[in-house]
Amino acid sequence: MVDGRSLVTRKMGARLWLSGGWLVLLALAALFAPWISPQDPLAQDIFASRLPPFWQSGAEPGFPLGTDSLGRDVLSRMIHGARVALGVALIAGTLTCLVGASLGLIAGYFRGWPDLVISRFIDIWMAFPPVLFSILLIAVLGTGLTSIIIAIVVIDWTRFARVIRAEAIGQGAMDYVVSAQVAGRKRFDTMIREVLPNVLPTIVVLLTLEMGIAVIIEAILSFVNLSISTDQPTWGGMISEGRISIHQAWWVLIFPLVSLFLTVLSFSQLGEGLKDRFDPVLR
Amino acid sequence: MTLLKRALAQLCTTAITLFGVAIVVFFVVRVVPGNPIAMMLPPGASAEDISRLEALYGLDKSILHQFVIWLGGAVQGDLGTSITTRQPVLELVLSRLPATLELSMMALVIAVAIGGVLALTGTRMRGTRVEGAIDVGNGMALSVPDFLWGLVLILAFGVLWPIFHISGRASPTLDFEFATKFYLFESVLRLRFDVWLDLVSHMFMPALALAIPLAAIIAQLLKQSLKETMHLDYVTLARTKGYGENSVILREALPNAILPTLTLVGVQFTFLIGGTVIIERLFSYEGLGNMAIDAVINRDLPLIQGIVILFALIFTAVNLVVDLSYAALNPRLRHG
Repeated sequence: MVDGRSLVTRKMGARLWLSGGWLVLLALAALFAPWISPQDPLAQDIFASRLPPFWQSGAEPGFPLGTDSLGRDVLSRMIHGARVALGVALIAGTLTCLVGASLGLIAGYFRGWPDLVISRFIDIWMAFPPVLFSILLIAVLGTGLTSIIIAIVVIDWTRFARVIRAEAIGQGAMDYVVSAQVAGRKRFDTMIREVLPNVLPTIVVLLTLEMGIAVIIEAILSFVNLSISTDQPTWGGMISEGRISIHQAWWVLIFPLVSLFLTVLSFSQLGEGLKDRFDPVLR
Repeated sequence: MTLLKRALAQLCTTAITLFGVAIVVFFVVRVVPGNPIAMMLPPGASAEDISRLEALYGLDKSILHQFVIWLGGAVQGDLGTSITTRQPVLELVLSRLPATLELSMMALVIAVAIGGVLALTGTRMRGTRVEGAIDVGNGMALSVPDFLWGLVLILAFGVLWPIFHISGRASPTLDFEFATKFYLFESVLRLRFDVWLDLVSHMFMPALALAIPLAAIIAQLLKQSLKETMHLDYVTLARTKGYGENSVILREALPNAILPTLTLVGVQFTFLIGGTVIIERLFSYEGLGNMAIDAVINRDLPLIQGIVILFALIFTAVNLVVDLSYAALNPRLRHG
């Protein structure tokens, strides 16, 4: 019989490499955006508006993926848009993770009134439609990168808190935690040194998934024109413009859409792959 | 705990949650910069006019006082007056609710249909390439949210192969007087299938976008439960009795495997309803979500509050129904 496990590992390996590869490519594009973009992402040229991508007739050599209705280069805008997307993914993802996982750990390990308060907040948060909540927060906080990051942390901390709370409850009942307490360890000390390392794999998986979600939230906010500013190119903003001129210039929509799609897929495949790696049964 | 006691306890928590939502949204909305009153008046309006209008909308009182007034009204079904349209919020919100409900229901039906068929096919063809393909498709559908599926559908069936409408709820040329806001139901009841077809060709794309992630979840979980059930004794017994594979799956395995999926569908349905906000915007569908985004952009505080509360009401109601029906269906919980 074929060794099923090695087959699974090999397939997973390929997925991990592909997703990792795309994200590295994106990170490089974001880092070196000013040097590798063929054009200035903000430069408008009414006479070069809605140029098609390179393989279609009527394309111009300096604009490989065509231009939008204001004559701005699609490829350059995408490369610069990667900066916002990855920046938001890293910063907002990490902050959401810190806030959510800490609250979840405290609620699950200490139980009692901290758990009561945190769980009640989670219930209230779950009753909000997340997209509407984020749009409302941006309207309150004003547009800009900081506002988006705050909005993502405020909406999404429950994702971590719910899962980590459940895990911490499970860990808290284990023998090793009980024996640490019997041995006279302080409760907070036990939480950090004994419980946290055991829920860390779950935290890492959730963090990877959250980065993909953060990219989507930023895109949605740019789509409703509530993101950074109209000057800064973002994938969501490009999609919003592309949606309007979809019948005249489909390429303005399709390229940022594809990169958004691949980025979200890569983060989630990475998360799934890590989950399988951490799972002792599969390992 | 009896079912009745359980229901009462759940109602209490639901009430507390809704009260919490009301507090959060009321205070978040009050921090909005930009005076909504200033936007209503022509430039050069006197300070006297401004304060008179503020008094009309109760904006001159303290935030706590405003909250008490608003909550007192809300409990009696009065959600205030919209600042932009100057109509009662309840009236506005109820005029859009049917559109969103119809869209969500249609998405749910599509999700259950696709998810169910995929799970059954995957179980029937287990171990083959078909099952592998279903698993890969599920994985992709799960990791990409409804917003992106909506854009993909717009490109695929709105532009490249334009067989569906990608904006609006009905064709503007449609010659039909609706008596209610439940267009889809009404068209069926009045046997106007031409109207029904027009509505469906508008709703299908946004509904499918909402349905894809849920369909994948259903397919995955139902297939998993079916797989577990297929190894049980009574399924083997049915097989030795000579029943065909199809009828073993449909008659023996499915009824026993369906309960966990039903519970999950209930919970996930609230996420689907939450997704309508951006999907309606994407497809210019005149529902509650689209109205909500406009309200935020126009800083229409009473309207925002009303819509958020209504969404929270729907979410908690769905959760309540799911929880109670699970308790009613599951004998261990019923007598526990």
